[in-house]
This record gives sequence, C-alpha cells and structure tokens, in this order.
Amino acid sequence: MATTQLLSLTGVSKEFPGVKALDNVSFDLNKGEVHAIVGENGAGKSTLMKILSGIYKKDAGKINYQGNQVNVSSPIEAQRLGISIIHQELNLMPDLTVAQNIFIGREERRRGRVFLNNSKLNSSARELLAELELSLDPSDRVGDLTIAKQQMVEIAKAVSYRGEVIIMDEPTSSLTPAETDSLFKIIRTLKAAGKGVVYISHRLEELNKITDRITVLRDGEYVKTLNTSETTIPEVISLMVGRKVGQDQRPDPRPLSNEVVLSVEGMSNQNLLRDVSFELRKGEILGFAGLMGAGRTELARALIGADPKTAGKVTLRGKEIKISNPSDAVNAGIGYLSEDRKKYGLLLIQNLTFNTILSSIPAFSNKFGFLKIKPAGAMVRESIKQLSIRTPSENQYVKNLSGGNQQKVVIAKWLTRDCDILIFDEPTRGIDVGAKDEIYKLLTKLASEGKSIIMISSELPEILRMSDRIAVMCEGKLTGIIDNKDADQNKIMQYATKFRD
Amino acid sequence: MSQGNAVKTTENEAAGENRISAFVKREIGRVLALGSLVAIFIFFTIMRPVFASWQNVSGGILMSTTVIGLLAIGTTFVIITGGIDLSIGTATALVAIIVGKTVQALSLNVWAGILVGLIVGGIFGMINGLLITMLKLPPFIATLAMMKAAQGLALIISDLKPILFTTDVKGWDEIAQGNIIPKIPNGVLILFVGAIIAAILLNKTVIGRYTFAIGSNEAATKLSGVNVNKWLIAIYGIGGVYVGLAAVVLTSRLGSARPDLGLGYELEAIAAVIIGGTSLLGGKGTISGTVIGALIMAVLVNGLRILELQQEWQYVITGIVIVLAVWGDNVRRRRSGEVS
Repeated sequence: MATTQLLSLTGVSKEFPGVKALDNVSFDLNKGEVHAIVGENGAGKSTLMKILSGIYKKDAGKINYQGNQVNVSSPIEAQRLGISIIHQELNLMPDLTVAQNIFIGREERRRGRVFLNNSKLNSSARELLAELELSLDPSDRVGDLTIAKQQMVEIAKAVSYRGEVIIMDEPTSSLTPAETDSLFKIIRTLKAAGKGVVYISHRLEELNKITDRITVLRDGEYVKTLNTSETTIPEVISLMVGRKVGQDQRPDPRPLSNEVVLSVEGMSNQNLLRDVSFELRKGEILGFAGLMGAGRTELARALIGADPKTAGKVTLRGKEIKISNPSDAVNAGIGYLSEDRKKYGLLLIQNLTFNTILSSIPAFSNKFGFLKIKPAGAMVRESIKQLSIRTPSENQYVKNLSGGNQQKVVIAKWLTRDCDILIFDEPTRGIDVGAKDEIYKLLTKLASEGKSIIMISSELPEILRMSDRIAVMCEGKLTGIIDNKDADQNKIMQYATKFRD
Repeated sequence: MSQGNAVKTTENEAAGENRISAFVKREIGRVLALGSLVAIFIFFTIMRPVFASWQNVSGGILMSTTVIGLLAIGTTFVIITGGIDLSIGTATALVAIIVGKTVQALSLNVWAGILVGLIVGGIFGMINGLLITMLKLPPFIATLAMMKAAQGLALIISDLKPILFTTDVKGWDEIAQGNIIPKIPNGVLILFVGAIIAAILLNKTVIGRYTFAIGSNEAATKLSGVNVNKWLIAIYGIGGVYVGLAAVVLTSRLGSARPDLGLGYELEAIAAVIIGGTSLLGGKGTISGTVIGALIMAVLVNGLRILELQQEWQYVITGIVIVLAVWGDNVRRRRSGEVS
C-alpha cells in the first residue's frame, strides 16, 4: 500500500522581533505514521507546532492538509480541520469529571438546548474510552487521577475531535516507564486507525520505540529527516547539536574527602518518606536516582524545611541543627535549586541583579535597611563572568534568558549567598543538549572547589556521568547507596524498583 | 589624536542617546500617565480658565486628593506584593475615632495625637498581615473581614456620633490646613512628603526589595531563605501607617472624627493605584504612578464639577478612565512584547 500524505509544510518561516524562529522549514506526515520532531531548546519545535495548531501565524510558506492548501488561522480553525495538540502542560480542569473535560465546549444538551444531558455525555465518553482501550471512568474527577491518567484524558479529548493529526508535545516528560509503555500502546492504536502523530520529545531513547521518522531542527532551520530504522541516537544527537557529544561518560575518579559535611538520620514525613539516612561529604556529588514518586524531591523539601517532617535529625559539620523553614536552611548554607525553576527558583519579571542577590539582600544593605546597589552590581557582573551567563547585561529580565542561563542565575544566587551545600533537583530539565554540558562542567567545578552537591535526577546517564556516589530511592525509602565505579543502569533500576517486586 | 577624541565623543553621545531611549522605554507607562494627566488638565483649563487658578489647584484638586492619595500610596506596597487591602477605607474612620477618643481622654497634644494615629493604623495593618500569614487567609477575605469589623467598631466606639475633639487641641486644624510653606496647604505637603518617603522605602530599602520579590514569586522568595511572613506583616503594617496618616489629615480637614466616613475610600485608592500602572498581579508598580493616578482622579472630579456636570456622571467617567488606563497599558505591553 502506498503511503498517503496527510499533511505537508513547505518553506515555513516565522520571525519574532529580533529573532528568526523558523527559516524555510519543511515537514510532512503520512497517515498511520508517528513522526518525531527533535532539536535543542530554541530549535523551533514549539514555534512550528504553534503554527500548525493556529496559535501563531506563519510569515511565509505553505501548509497542505489532505490534498488542499489550508490556512490555519486560529486554534479553532485547526480543530475544525482535524489538527489537535496535546500541550506539555496539561490543560485540564481538575474539578470537572473525565467526561466533562473531554467534551468541554461541546456538551451534550437536552431538548431545548438549555439543560445538560449528563448521562448522554458519560455514555459518549465511555464509548470513546473503550475505543482507545483506556481504563478510565468517565465520572471520575480529573484532579484525583495520576498525571499519566490525566494525559490519557488529554489524548481522548484530542481524539474526540475526530481529527487526523495529533500533536504530542513532550508527552512522557512526567510519566514512569510503565506509564510510558501504556502511552505507546495508545499511540499504536492511533496509528492503526490511520491517524498521523507528530511526536516531540527530549527523551531520545524513546524514538526507537515509537517513531517511524525523525526530523531534526537546529536554530530554526531544517536539518534532516531520517528513517528511524536506519539511524542511531548518537547520529540524531550530533545532527541536533551539530557536533558529537559523548553519551556514556563517567566522571574522572576524584579523590573523595572523608569529611562529612551533612548527615541526615531517620528522615520521615507524613505520607511518603520512611527513615531516610545518608551522609554527604565535602566536595562530593551525591546523585539521587529513583522513579517518579520515589520521594526524592520530597526528601529535599523536608530537608530544607519547605515541607513538614515527622522525624529526622540533621547534623551539619558535626553539630545537630534544627531546620524548620527554608530560611533556617539558607542560614545553614544549604541552597535548593528546584526542578521547576520558573515556579520555585526565579523572579521571572525581575532582572538578573535582583535574582542574584535575592538570598543575600541583608548582606547588600546597611544597618538602616538601605540597599547598597553598587557593590551588588559589581558582584553580579563578576558572577556573570564566572558562570559565563549569556546576557546583554545584569539588567536583563530573567524571563528573557534561555533555560540554561536561567539555571545559572539560580546557581549564582546560591554562590552569592556562600552556600556550601547545593541541592540540585533535575538540574538539566528543560535545558538543551549543548547547555547541559556546560551545567555539568559547572557542577564538577563547584564540587572540585569544595562545595558538596546533592543531585536529584531522573536521567540515568546524567546520574552516572556526574555522581561520585549514587543514592537510590524507592517509594519513600532509601534502598541503596552505590559507588559510581560499581554502578550501572541495571543495578540502579534494580534498587529503584526494589519495593515493587 | 583629534580624530580619536571625535570618535570617543560620538560613542558617548550614542551611549547617552541609548540611555535616554532606554529610560523612555522603561518609564513609558508613567510618561503616558503623566501625559494624560497634563492633557486632561489642559482640556479643563481651555474649557474653564478658572480651573487652572492656584486657588482651585491647591484647594480644590490637591487638597481633595490628600486622604485618598495617602491611602493609595500605602496600599501600593500591598498591591505590589500581589495582595489587596479592602479595609483601608473603614480603617480610616476607625483610626480617626480612636485618635479622637484618646486625644480627648488623655488631653494629648497635636504631636502625640498624630503618633497615636500612626501607631493604631500600623497595628491595624499588621493584624491584616497576621490573618494573611498565620491563618493563611487570602488577602481579599482577610481584609474584607477587617473592613466590616472596622466599620462596626468605629460606630460602636463613637456611639454613632462624630467626635468633636479638634478644637480642643491646639494646632490640630493646622495639620492639614496650615501653611508651613506659603500658599501650599500642609495637607498637600504631607501627601508629597509621604510619597517621597514611600518611594525611598520601596526603591532603596530592604523592605521595598522584598515587596517586589514577594509579588514577583512568593514561593521562590520563600525558598531563597526570605522570611516572607515576617515581611508581609511589616508591609501590611506600612499600609496601615499610611491609613493612620490619612485618618489624622481627614480629622484635621473636617474638624471632627466621623464614624460614617471611609467606606468606599478603599476602592478609590485602589483605582488610583491601578490607573498609576501598578499591576494587580504583583511584582510591578511605582509610587509616582500612584500619585499621578490619584491626581488624574482628583482632576477629573474637580474639572467635571467646574463644568457643572452632575456628580453621577463623574462616577461613570471614573469607571471609563479605569478601563482606558488598564486597557491602554495592556496594549502597550503586548506591543513591546512584555506579555504574550
């Protein structure tokens, strides 16, 4: 059977003030195909998807859909044509039911069009869910579902428009491996039904499992389209970054100090953490591995006093300390870098200087509370140089920086505060491949300067590449601490699933 | 040599120009607000030249904006944190009544009376802050409750009657109506000095910096080790101190403390803050913008009155101005790419 083309974009360009976001990009999608779009952040993936789903207007280029040239002028028009998008951050209403979410804006009504017909709504939803082989109850409240199930609701919603093209933007970013597998099953069902799926993901190892073709974008330009069966992940990565990147690097063995900086004993909290104990040494990177929901972020938040704990002794350089809120932790020299920088790390609408001195404002003020702006500015310029933050000046708003540079601003904040213990929660989430390397180098440098680092990461290659020792958690418990030289992905996964079997 | 100098000069000029254009770009919101104020002023002056007389400007416009202006300045801090304070109107009445009663009972002099006003106002504001931080009530709810409580307490303490205490205290009427500087009523002086102090607090001190930080991202500020609760209580306290100042000025202007005044002042003050370009979402705002916003409202009310327009229409026009101010600001931000 000849493949039938569902969608094609040719010569699409889009310019924003000062930036060429897309330059003459082409892309096509066949019926029953999963076509991945990959590229670093800023490569133009989301701009392309936003053009395809009617959120942005293209400056140039053509879109052909089912044999006709179309103009996707708005999200509603995209829906009418049959192009649905599932955004990375889910757009569901937590207090409504599964059925109400799926058919939002298209509710079944009773005669007279005034009153809702809930039983009809639920039965339509049930049919749709059965068709997709999703085990969801239409009358469940969406807020009570796991993230993975919520994602399934989004997929059901996208399919309910009876569209031909479904765009998935980072659908697996918050799923466990098991959940990812069931997502892939659904995608295969969609394929079998002749739908076309555009698949965007940072997790390159998934591409082999689910995609037919891969299109690589770089700096807004089209690089190449590859058949998945004829390529390798290293090839895709080198096309993405335009150079070769080592995949399975390990840290150079460093002499480990025996000086214990921080020791945590018997940390527990109400719901999840059970008796977690570990020691952190001077100049060490202690990786924390585990599956989603293993309790790594919860451990970090309990440690810094952001969330209440029910038990747990914290000893800093041999002296027991009490941490009941984040300012105690900061005063003890412990800085936390959240996985969600925008929500928990940065003041996006403020400039670099403000963000960098946020933790150290008392140090930059006199005893009457007046700020000493000049030394602060000099300090910040020094940090910009030291961490090579790419910004026109220290007065740039942080929201205008890239993910990698934003991460560096958070690091600068803690270095300015003289924190010796840094807790990085997913330090490279949402950061593109090139900038990742830089963050890795920075972490290594900080460790070699004597800072002690806890690094929580869900990416095993990252854990193996960076950590001196690896602590593995599973369901709120610490299941093992392994030296890097004894560790491999298999071993870590064994510990990470210990309590599941 | 001379060529080198010439090059240098051009560079400096370019840098200077950049600085000016950067300034205009950064301050465009306030430049536009000030521009509209001037435009409205010129419009009324053309319609009725008497409008621009110093007597009208100082007595009619500036003097009538002192109370709302002071409330607006104080509540700018609260709004920049992303909060709101609905209690400042009735709190003005409550503080005025407490000041009146205390001054009468203890035969206080004018300075002690002013101090009582500032302290009582500050405590009232800090109670708002405590409700918000300790009981974790949303600011809207906490200050709505305090608004009702203050309204009731003012009536109870005063026994529903105005307190005529000002004639017993030497110099009390001078607080607002005297002239330390010739031709400028003291009330107007208090407004501008109050504004300058607030601007310094907001831009040059630690508490001002935390005000912006909390409004930009409270969670991130807390995780950065800032004791957000403590600072929020202090910030609501600042709002309260300005309520106290407004109450003192009000009693001086009226010659009494009235329990029934105040309700509705909070919305006028919030309107002035919004017209002045402070974002209700928090993280952005200026004192000078707030003062301009209060003046725009005062100029409109005064001008429309001079045009002999019915008072009802003044309300309608104020509503339209709020819509225009915020809509205009949105359009400008979207154009400049500040918001998508």
